[in-house]
Amino acid sequence: MAAVAEEEEERRQLRARQRLRVLVGHLRSAEPGAAPALSQCRGIEPGSTDRAAKTAGSIPRRRQEILKWNGWGYNDSKFTFNKKGQGEFTGKRYRLSGMVLPALKEWMEKSFGASLEHRTTPRTTPNLEDLPVPILNEECLKEIKDLGIPFSHDPEDRLIRSHGHCLHEIFALREGKVERIPDVVIWPNCHSDVVKIVQLASKHNICIIPFGGGTSVSDALECPTDEKRTILSLDTSQMNRILWVDEKNLTAHVESGITGQDLERQLSEHGYCTGHEPDSMEFSSLGGWVATRASGMKKNIYGNIEDLVVYIKMVTPRGIVEKSCQGPRMSTGPDIYHFIMGSEGTLGVVTEVTIKIRSLPEYQKYGSIVFPDFEHGVACLREVARQRCAPASIRLMDNTQFQFGHALKPQVASIFTSFLDGLKKFYITKFKGFDPNELCVATLLFEGSREKVLQQEKHVYDIAAKVGGLAAGEDNGQRGYMLTFVIAYIRDLGMDYYIIGESFETSVPWDRVIDLCRNVKEKLVRECKERGVQFPPLATCRVTQTYDAGACVYFYFAFNYRGISDPISVFEQIEASAREEILENGGSLSHHHGVGKLRKRWLKDSISDVGIGMLKSVKQYVDPNNIFGNRNLL
Amino acid sequence: QKDMTLNKRDGFEDLMEERRHSSDLRYAMRCYTPVVYKDLVPRTPSALRSIVLKSDQVQYVIRQLSKETGESPDIISDEAADILEKMGHDLRLSVVRFFAFTLSKIFKALFQKVRVNEEGIQKLHQAIQEYPVVLLPSHRSYIDFLMLSYIMYSYDLCLPVIAAGMDFMGMKIVGEMLRMSGAFFIRRSFGGDKLYWAVFSEYVKTILRNGDAPVEFFVEGTRSRTGKSLTPKLGLLNIAIEPFLMGEVFDMYLVPISISYDRILEESLYAHELLGVPKPKESTSGLLKARKILNENFGSIHVYFGQPVSVRSLATGTVKRSQYNLVPRHIPRKPSGDVHRFLDAVGHRMVILQQKNMVISSWALMATVIIQNLPSIALSDLTRQTLWLKAIAETFGAFVDWPGNVTSDKVIRSSLTLRHNIVKTVKDQVVLCQEGTPTKFTVENIFKYTISVLMCASYRNQILHVFVRPALVAIAFQNAQSCRKEDVYSCFSYLHQVLSDEFIFLPGDLVKDFDEGLYLVTKSGAIQGSHTDLYISEKGSDTISFLSEMFRPFLEGYQVICKYLLSTEFTDHFTEKRFITEIRSYAAELILTGAIKYNEVLSVDMQKNALAALTRLGAMEKMKIANGNVYKVNKQSVTRVANMLVPMAPIKHATVARL
Repeated sequence: MAAVAEEEEERRQLRARQRLRVLVGHLRSAEPGAAPALSQCRGIEPGSTDRAAKTAGSIPRRRQEILKWNGWGYNDSKFTFNKKGQGEFTGKRYRLSGMVLPALKEWMEKSFGASLEHRTTPRTTPNLEDLPVPILNEECLKEIKDLGIPFSHDPEDRLIRSHGHCLHEIFALREGKVERIPDVVIWPNCHSDVVKIVQLASKHNICIIPFGGGTSVSDALECPTDEKRTILSLDTSQMNRILWVDEKNLTAHVESGITGQDLERQLSEHGYCTGHEPDSMEFSSLGGWVATRASGMKKNIYGNIEDLVVYIKMVTPRGIVEKSCQGPRMSTGPDIYHFIMGSEGTLGVVTEVTIKIRSLPEYQKYGSIVFPDFEHGVACLREVARQRCAPASIRLMDNTQFQFGHALKPQVASIFTSFLDGLKKFYITKFKGFDPNELCVATLLFEGSREKVLQQEKHVYDIAAKVGGLAAGEDNGQRGYMLTFVIAYIRDLGMDYYIIGESFETSVPWDRVIDLCRNVKEKLVRECKERGVQFPPLATCRVTQTYDAGACVYFYFAFNYRGISDPISVFEQIEASAREEILENGGSLSHHHGVGKLRKRWLKDSISDVGIGMLKSVKQYVDPNNIFGNRNLL
Repeated sequence: QKDMTLNKRDGFEDLMEERRHSSDLRYAMRCYTPVVYKDLVPRTPSALRSIVLKSDQVQYVIRQLSKETGESPDIISDEAADILEKMGHDLRLSVVRFFAFTLSKIFKALFQKVRVNEEGIQKLHQAIQEYPVVLLPSHRSYIDFLMLSYIMYSYDLCLPVIAAGMDFMGMKIVGEMLRMSGAFFIRRSFGGDKLYWAVFSEYVKTILRNGDAPVEFFVEGTRSRTGKSLTPKLGLLNIAIEPFLMGEVFDMYLVPISISYDRILEESLYAHELLGVPKPKESTSGLLKARKILNENFGSIHVYFGQPVSVRSLATGTVKRSQYNLVPRHIPRKPSGDVHRFLDAVGHRMVILQQKNMVISSWALMATVIIQNLPSIALSDLTRQTLWLKAIAETFGAFVDWPGNVTSDKVIRSSLTLRHNIVKTVKDQVVLCQEGTPTKFTVENIFKYTISVLMCASYRNQILHVFVRPALVAIAFQNAQSCRKEDVYSCFSYLHQVLSDEFIFLPGDLVKDFDEGLYLVTKSGAIQGSHTDLYISEKGSDTISFLSEMFRPFLEGYQVICKYLLSTEFTDHFTEKRFITEIRSYAAELILTGAIKYNEVLSVDMQKNALAALTRLGAMEKMKIANGNVYKVNKQSVTRVANMLVPMAPIKHATVARL
C-alpha cells in the first residue's frame, strides 16, 4: 500500500516538475502573449506597454544553474592558481576575467603565511541526501498546489535558499554541515500571488522567510533551528518587471524582486538609471535593499535607498501597507515606510516599489589621490564633505588595502607600462618622501555633465593638495572600482588555503574615524594573538562613504586558521569583540548590512529598551502569529 | 614564595657600582638613543605647546570663559599661553647631561647602592614601544623623581615628563633646569581655575596620545610624611586615563614603581611637619645649605619597576566607554559614577602594587620592635625579636633586604650606627636619642621626644602594609567575644572600615582581605581553625599579641580622639584647625599623666585621618562654609565607634581549650 502511495506521489511530483519546466520555458521565451494562464498577473497582461512587458531576469528559478551553491557569484567566475602557481580570474564576465595576476601568490604567502601546498578539501557537491526532510502536511501542500504558483521542495532549491554569505554559512556548506533549511520554495509572479501566499501561510501557521538576492551578510536568511513549523522560502526573483516608468516625475514602478543589474540595464535602455549601486548589485534585489536600508556606492549623487524610494507596497499578515499618493515628502505622522525599511523580512514582503530615476550621466571620470598616510587621507575626505563637493564616489583605502590592490594587478602588457609604473613609484616614494608602508590611496568616481565633472574634479584635487595629497591618475582609480565586484570572489580562494575572512562595516562621526579605525584593527590583531591564531591576521579598513556628520567605514578581516581546531567559533568571537570595540568607539551597529541575527544582541543597547518596545509593538500588531518568523532584529 | 624572593633579590643591579669605577663625565656625554613609542610622530616642546593651545579642548574653555567673564578670547588665550609657558617642560639634552653628571656625584656621596630590578627595566623597555606609558612611583622623598629620571637615562629609556608641584619653581635656577630635564609644573591646587585645568589636562593628554614620552606623576599626590602609603588622588589619574576611555589610544600601560629608602633624607623634616611645625619653603639657598647632608650616609635605595598594567584589561567589563559617545570629546566633564569607581579602584590597585614590591630594610624591622618597647630595649632582645619578626614578615610575603654574608649581630649594629640620629646604645640598652621618661616630662619635652618617636615610627610604618590584614584578623580575634569565624569577620570588617583612611584597601575587597589575613596568620601558625571556628595555637599568642601591639598606636590614637570629642561640650560647629590644636593639648595632657602609651596621636596625619574616618562613618558631619569646612559631632555615633575599637569583654579564648 505504502509503496503504491509513494509511487503515486512520485509520479505527481514528476508531473509537477515537468509542468514547471514548461513554465520556465515560457517565461524564458518572454514572448508577449505567451504569459502562463495559471496565475493572472496584471503586470504581464496582454496589452500592457512595451516597457512593462516581461523581460527575462538574469536570475533563473534554479539559481544553481548559474550561481555557485557554495560560494560567491557566478559558477564560471573564480580566482584560482594556474599550473605555474600564478593567480588567475576565470570566466568572461568581468574586466579582470581571464587575466593573470602574478603578484597574488606572493601576497597571500606574505600576508597570511599561506602556502599553495596546504589546501583544504571542501565538498564539491552539496550533501543533498543528508538534508532534513521537509516539514509539510498533505493538506497544506494541496493548498499550495491549488494556488497555481510555482513551488518546489527539491533539496537543492531549498539548500541554496537556506543561507546568505556570512563566513560561517559558506564554511558550513563547504563542510556539508547544514542544519535547518526551508521546507518549500515558492516563486510568486506578482503582488497578488504574494497576497495569496501570505493568506495561506496565516491560515496554516506557516513560517515565511522572504528571499531576494540571497546576499545577506547578517544571518538574516538563516532558518531558526528550532522552528517546528513549515518554513516557506518566498523567492521574489521572478517578480522582476519594471511595471511603468513616469518620465514626467522621473519615477519608475518596479517589482521588488528585480536585481540591481537588471534594473539598471533595463532603465539604461531608455536612458535612465536609479544610480543605486551597492557592491552586491549584480545579485541583490530592490526588495532586499528596502528591507535592509541599503546604501549604494554613488549615494553622494543619488542618495541611499531611503532617499530613493517614493512609494512602497508591502504584504503583511495583517493586510497590505502602502501610502495613497506619491507626494515627494509628507508630514503625516511618523513615516510608515520607515517601519518597512530595515524591517529585514520580519513584518512582510515588499512587493512593489516606486523609485526615483535620473537621466544617465553624460560623463564619467575616474581619479585617485595618494596621501602620505591614513590620517591625511581622512582629513581630505572630511574637508571634501565639509565643502559638500564629494564626487559620486570617494573611497579611502588604508595602506594594507592599497598593497592588496597591488596583489590583484594584472600582468603588465608592455615594458613601457612597467617602466612608467616604476617611475611613478619612484616619484612618490623617493621624490615626495612618502613611506610605501604608510601611504594610502583614495579612489574617485565623478559623474555628471562634462563641465561639472571637470569643475568638481579640480575642486577635489585642490583640497587634496592642501592636505598633502597627490593626484595619482585615472588608471589607479578605475582599477579600484573594477575590483568592486570581483573582490567578493577572493574569499572563496582563501578558504581553499585555510584562510577565512569577512567584511563588516559601521558609520561613525568624523572626529572618531581615525581613532575607531586604529582601535578596531589593533583589537583584531590582539584578539587573534590571544586566541591562538598562529599567523598575523589581515586587518584592514577603508572609508567608503562620506556624510555631513560622519563616514562609513568598512573593515576586512581574515586570517590563516591552520592549527586551530574550531576556526569558525574563534573567528566569530573575534568579530564580536571587534564589533564591541566599534560600539565603544562611537561607531554604529551597522551602516547598511543590517542587524539580522548576527548583531541582534547589541540592538537593545543601540536603540534603548523603549526603542525595542516600539519595534516590538509594531511587530505584534502587524504579525501577531510571527508568520514572518526569520527572527531578525528583535 | 622563597624562590620568588630569591629571584627578586638576584634581579637587582647596583647602578652605582659602575659609576664608582668609570668616568662620570663620559657617562654623561655618552650616546643617548632611547626607544620610542611605535606610533610616535616626533615634535619639539614648542610645537607641542602650540598644539595644546590650539586644541579644541583649550579653545572651548577659552570661549566659555570669555562668555562668562566678558573678557576677550585673545586675552584669555594669552593667559593660557602664559600658563603653558610656565608649566610646559622643555627637554634639553645638554641639561640632562649636566644632571647626569652632577647627580652621579651626589648619589654616590649619599647612597651606598642604588639597586634596580633589571627585569622591570626590560619590561618597561617593551611597554614604551607598545603603548603610551604612565609611570606611577611611590613618593617618599624629593629624590624620587630625580632618581627615576636618572635611572631612565642610565638604561637608555625615554626620559619621562613629570607632573611636579609648583613649589619647585621657587627654586630659581634649579627649577628652570628641572624643567629642561623634563619636569613640568603644576599648582598644588587649581580646583576652581577652569583655564588652568583645561591647559594642564590637555597638555598631559596630548603627550600621552602621541606617546612623546612616558608621563610620570605621583598617584599618592604628595610625599608621604609618615612612611605609609597615602590614599590615591584621582584627578591626575582621570586625566591620564581619559585618552583611553575616549578611544584616543588603544591601550596604555600603568607602571607602578616602588622606591624604598633605607633612610629618607627628609625624615626629621617630616616629623616636625607632623607635629605642626611648618615646613621650610624650597629655595635654592636652602638646597645649598642642605649640602652638609652630603657627608651623611643614607644607605641604599631599591627601585623596583613593576609589571606594566594594561588599562584596557583593567577597564574591560567595568567601564562602559560608550558613555563618551554622545557629547563631543573636547567638552570637559566630570567622571561619571562608574568611571569614578573605576579610577578609585585603579588608584588603590596601583598603590597596593607599589607596596607589594617595596623592599623592607633591617632597620624598619628594628624600628617596629623598638617602638613597641619604649623607652628602652636590651640589644640582645632587639636582635632576637628583629630576627623573629623578619621570619614572620617573610612568611607574609615581604621582601626583606638582609645582608647574607654577615652575622645578624653585625647587621643590627651597623643599622644602629646608620641611625645614630634617632637611636643610641647606652649600656647595651637601645634608647631614642631624645630620651624621655614620663617623670621628667614637660609639654615641651614631650614634643621633642615625640619627634624621635615619629621618626622611628615612620620606618615601622614602611612595613605595616605587610602586616595590616593578618594583624586586623588578630585584633578582631581578640576583640570578638567568640571563636566563631563569622564574629571575627564582623569585628574585622568594622576595623577595616574604621582604618581605611589609614591603610590602603582595595574598595570592595573586604572579604578577600579577611581571607588573606586569616590565611597568613594561619600560615604563621598563630591561629588554627575549621571553617566555622578559630583557635589560638599553643605558640600563637606571642604572634597575636605582637601583631595587635603593632597597630595599637592607631587604635589607641583613634580612641583618644573619640574620647576628646565625647568629653568636650561643643556649643557650635568647629573647624579642622581648632580640632587639631585642641586635640593636641588634650593628648599631651594624657601623655603627661601617663594615661596613654603611644605618642603618635600627636601626629597631624593621624588626627586628620581620624577626622575623615569619623566623617565617613557618620559620627561627624562635615559642612562647607565660606572659608573651609566645619564639623559637627554626633556623640552617639562617636561612642559606637569608640566601643568597637576595644575588646568587648575580657578575652576568654582559652588556648586550644577545645582541641
